[in-house]
Amino acid sequence: MRNRLTWLALPLAFAGLAWAADLNITPAAGSKVTATFKQEGVAVESPFTKFTGRIAYDPAKVTASTALLEVETGSFDFGDAAYNAEVRKKSWFDSATYPKAKFQSTSIQAVAGGFQATGQLTVKGKVQTVTVPVKVSASAAGTVFDGSFTLSRKAFGIGDPVWEGTVDDKVVVKFHLVGGK
Amino acid sequence: MTATYYTRTAVTLHWLIAGFILAALFMGWTMTDMAISPARLKTYNYHKWVGITVLTLALLRLLWRLTHRPPALLPMPRWQRFAARGGHALLYGLMLVVPTSGWIYSNASGFPVVYLGKLPLPNLVARDKVLADRWHEVHEVLAITLAIVVALHVLAALQHHFVHKDNTLRRMFQWRH
Repeated sequence: MRNRLTWLALPLAFAGLAWAADLNITPAAGSKVTATFKQEGVAVESPFTKFTGRIAYDPAKVTASTALLEVETGSFDFGDAAYNAEVRKKSWFDSATYPKAKFQSTSIQAVAGGFQATGQLTVKGKVQTVTVPVKVSASAAGTVFDGSFTLSRKAFGIGDPVWEGTVDDKVVVKFHLVGGK
Repeated sequence: MTATYYTRTAVTLHWLIAGFILAALFMGWTMTDMAISPARLKTYNYHKWVGITVLTLALLRLLWRLTHRPPALLPMPRWQRFAARGGHALLYGLMLVVPTSGWIYSNASGFPVVYLGKLPLPNLVARDKVLADRWHEVHEVLAITLAIVVALHVLAALQHHFVHKDNTLRRMFQWRH
């Protein structure tokens, strides 16, 4: 009886090791996603307060990993109601029509300290391929993924022309994702 | 030599700061009612640059004042002498704390202050909504106090010059050589 159980348990244990556990990403677990807009030399970093994600990360087989992150554009918080209303308008995020921005990895390569994720970034209905370096570390809360990348807001049709020359085209997206089970 | 006049530096600083304070007060008064637009954002930036300019010039002026004895006050009743001294001390204090409170308010709102769009100034506090609301109020109350004290300062100078005919105004348009 005892032996039989052992034989049953072993393959299950191996299966558990081979399949990377899916890590859920939520703001509640201490994860952060921010965008930094620069105007006249002043860089203002503001958070998205609502997002969800799933990362399947296997340090032993990094290329088998996958990452998905969905951010609610209407949750961008400048800390000012008037500016928040502005950025949700049609000419900016158009949050009513495109409530979510999404990153879905297509290939993941191991690099020192973490991995490099290439994938499709969908914002405001437009898709671009981006490559994002990600630093992986361990914390008491779980596996932590840190990184940032720069995008052109105009490539996604974000921004009213009247702001041309005041707000930079380049926007830095930063993330600190804590993977919880 | 007994000083009957202010130094040229003191007179220059007085008028430069006066001009910048009026500009900052005017922008501060009007910009908060502007609709969200690049013009509003720019006015906020200019307001901050002017404020930092006032702060810098006020620090220089304080240093100058501490190292150069100003001329004695013109003959006036005791209460006026007292009011003049108190008013001037208040003006010096407000020239320093009004811009500083605005700087803190800006940082607490998540906006670093970048002087002239080129020189990033250190962040005095981290971004914090509750703190931002509190410093907004502090900045506003102090700025209104400054506007009132400036108005009293101007009225008192005009009264001395035109009613008491003691040539007060001339003291700020002449300097010793």
